[in-house]
Amino acid sequence: MDMPAPSVDVLNRKSRIVARLKDAVSAEHVKSDPVETRAYECDALTAYACQPLCVVLPGSTGDVAEVLRICSEERVPVVPRGSGTSLAGGALPTSDCVVLGVSRMSRVLEVDYESRFIRVEAGRTNLSVTGAVEGDGFFYAPDPSSQLACAIAGNIAMNAGGAHCLKYGVTTNNLLGLTMVTMDGSVVEIGGAHMDAGGYDWLGLVCGSEGQLGVVTEATLRILPRPEGARPMLIGFASPEVAGACVSDMIRAGMLPVAIEYMDRKVIEVVESFSQAGYPDCEALLIVEVEGSPAEIDEQLRVIGSIARRRDPIELREARNADEAARIWLGRKSAFGAMGKLNDYICLDGTIPVSELPRVLKRIGALSRQYGLDVGNVFHAGDGNMHPLILFNANSPGELETCEALGAEILKLCVEAGGCLTGEHGVGIEKRDLMHVQFDPVDIEAQMNVKDVLDPAWLLNPAKVFPLSATESRRAAA
Amino acid sequence: MLTPSDERELAEAVSSAAGPLAVRGGGTRPVGHPVDGDDLTVSGLSGITFYEPGALTLVAGAGTPLAQVEATLAAEGQMLAFEPMDHRKLLGTSGEPTIGGTVAANVSGPRRVRAGACRDFLLGVRFVDGRGKIIKNGGRVMKNVTGYDLVRLMAGSRGTLGVLSEVCMKVLPRPESTAVLLLAGLDVEVAVCAMSAALNSPYEVSGAAHVPVGLDGDPVTMIRVEGFEASVAYRAERLKAHLAEFGPAGIERRTEGPESATAGWAWIRDVEAHGGTGEDVWRFSIPPRDASALVDSLGSARVVLDWGGGLVWAAVEPGRDARRSISSGHATIIRADDETRNRLGVFQPEAEPLATFAEGLRRKFDPEGVLNPGLMG
Repeated sequence: MDMPAPSVDVLNRKSRIVARLKDAVSAEHVKSDPVETRAYECDALTAYACQPLCVVLPGSTGDVAEVLRICSEERVPVVPRGSGTSLAGGALPTSDCVVLGVSRMSRVLEVDYESRFIRVEAGRTNLSVTGAVEGDGFFYAPDPSSQLACAIAGNIAMNAGGAHCLKYGVTTNNLLGLTMVTMDGSVVEIGGAHMDAGGYDWLGLVCGSEGQLGVVTEATLRILPRPEGARPMLIGFASPEVAGACVSDMIRAGMLPVAIEYMDRKVIEVVESFSQAGYPDCEALLIVEVEGSPAEIDEQLRVIGSIARRRDPIELREARNADEAARIWLGRKSAFGAMGKLNDYICLDGTIPVSELPRVLKRIGALSRQYGLDVGNVFHAGDGNMHPLILFNANSPGELETCEALGAEILKLCVEAGGCLTGEHGVGIEKRDLMHVQFDPVDIEAQMNVKDVLDPAWLLNPAKVFPLSATESRRAAA
Repeated sequence: MLTPSDERELAEAVSSAAGPLAVRGGGTRPVGHPVDGDDLTVSGLSGITFYEPGALTLVAGAGTPLAQVEATLAAEGQMLAFEPMDHRKLLGTSGEPTIGGTVAANVSGPRRVRAGACRDFLLGVRFVDGRGKIIKNGGRVMKNVTGYDLVRLMAGSRGTLGVLSEVCMKVLPRPESTAVLLLAGLDVEVAVCAMSAALNSPYEVSGAAHVPVGLDGDPVTMIRVEGFEASVAYRAERLKAHLAEFGPAGIERRTEGPESATAGWAWIRDVEAHGGTGEDVWRFSIPPRDASALVDSLGSARVVLDWGGGLVWAAVEPGRDARRSISSGHATIIRADDETRNRLGVFQPEAEPLATFAEGLRRKFDPEGVLNPGLMG
């Protein structure tokens, strides 16, 4: 994975740039000592790391505007950072960049139940948004696996999803307004506490733009009343293909569970030895969760059970109480951690039409054998968002490269099946050079034209999202 | 009138245009500033090219009649969940609304309050930009964050950045059963409280509307729940108890299909109350907490409230500037003469730097100013 060569001119001006930033934001919040900046050298895509020029942790929208104005004047690239949990390298620094972290900005600014929104500073973590309203019976719906740590700023940058977005949608569907600072230091207000913003859909455009259009400092988010209750059912199958077919059956029958999660044998075995969740011995399992009153849940699980029985499940287990529900979710929630104990892995994020699940799962199995690396599948099946985990040993020379090559093959397969490279993690650096698999040059050009308008100097997170070859002339002009 | 019959011809029509083009789908929603240009309609790009009920996705040419899309979905027990409004009665237009026009104007209906807007159900687009280039974005999967989201940018851009040639929609199961709770005699402030109480309950309310003057002349507040029959019956009863402080609620239930119970919702959705009158019609998207103050400020105007008070349709005396009545949100003129529209501006003015960015996007996507120039200001 290449990153652009750092600007020697910027590196030479480091002390001047750091001094200006310290003048703008109090010195303690500008970190330029390599010991202090080490924590910012990578995000959750740990295979790649680079020490930045310095790290700035502003405390307000005004600070962010000041920092960006200085960086704009100094022609320094800026890498915005939420909590650094990106799996795609979205917050990976370059040695000539300023990392702008919003983690200090985490206050709740306003809660309004009559109009059903919460306004927060963007450094607030996803789970603590729900934490601020759950006492009153509300929640914020998008729930990425990293929700304990990840920031709303990063959720907006990557248009984060989660296990429950089959019913509640992803970040863009739950975002009402935001405050953003563009690279020249202008503060932009978009949307608000009302439902459809006027004019062009700036909210939609900014959400998922991977920190390349502006730095989001505040967000107005839709909150929802908690359902009366929720309960999962676990269904084990003799083959991945049959499990995939069962997902399509349920959706076709008009069921809209709040989540349909999938795990294959590889993941089940690892998870079992890690968390003893009591999962059945089977090739694939689904966890289907439904919501409502106890009677509504019973009825929905009855229908789902009868659909599943037509596919001869090995086991069908309905949670009868909170304890059994927690046990069913235990394994799924510990899956990524458990796989990490086993080996290094990269987690893919390709999305396919639900109807293609059986065929694509079969092809992934074949590719895994061809490349000689194990692949575990654990993902949000209801919306076709796959997360193949490719296991490899980072200390074994060449294995990372083999792993990346296999990952690229799997993502190409997703596109070929009518899907896309990334469903909720973002492109970052990880899938940057695969963009041409999904898009023609004219499609990519149209997207880059948007960045030209909001960040004409291409200083915000410049080496992400688009193939380096496509952005070269724009970055060079900066 | 240019009537290309496929995407290639559409691209040629745009790239060879000698001057501005007035782009339209079925021409049933002439909202925006009048465009002086040759008419270009996408009605020739018609037909459902892909529909997979098991994957909840449908792909159609932009000129496909909305009625055809909805009938095709209904035959499989599915629907466009954002419940698109039909503007014909309100605006006195004729012709056939198209799926492309619906998307270009981001048209949603009462269910938007729970399910989301048209733009939330748009998975992918193909469009022709102002230079005649064919561009695609998004796709036909539920979750997609690959590159920038031009899908949502195209929704609501009213043909000013590109002419849609094809759209891919996420569809949802059609509810088996519908119940509507009717609360009588509430004033606007109390009605908004009642709608908030309903929307803030766990009973999955899919519609909350209020009209100060209903069909029988009295105020009526409507709360809707939908889904499987037993669940709807349960939730309607629970809601009735939950809303007891607002007076006795009548419950209308229909189980043979949603049509019969949706007549009242179609009336709300299409703002029929304001059809065929000489007043100007304004559309306000606001925080529901501001609804009561807005209605007070509008004085004698006739209003219809949807989305729990977040959407207010007002019929006001011709020529009046009703935009002054809101402090946040946005106001759009949906029906007024050209003079009023030009004087007051159809859309909420954008603050800087957004207005400059909007102009920048138009220059990038339509450098010659061919596509609906001036329509959005």
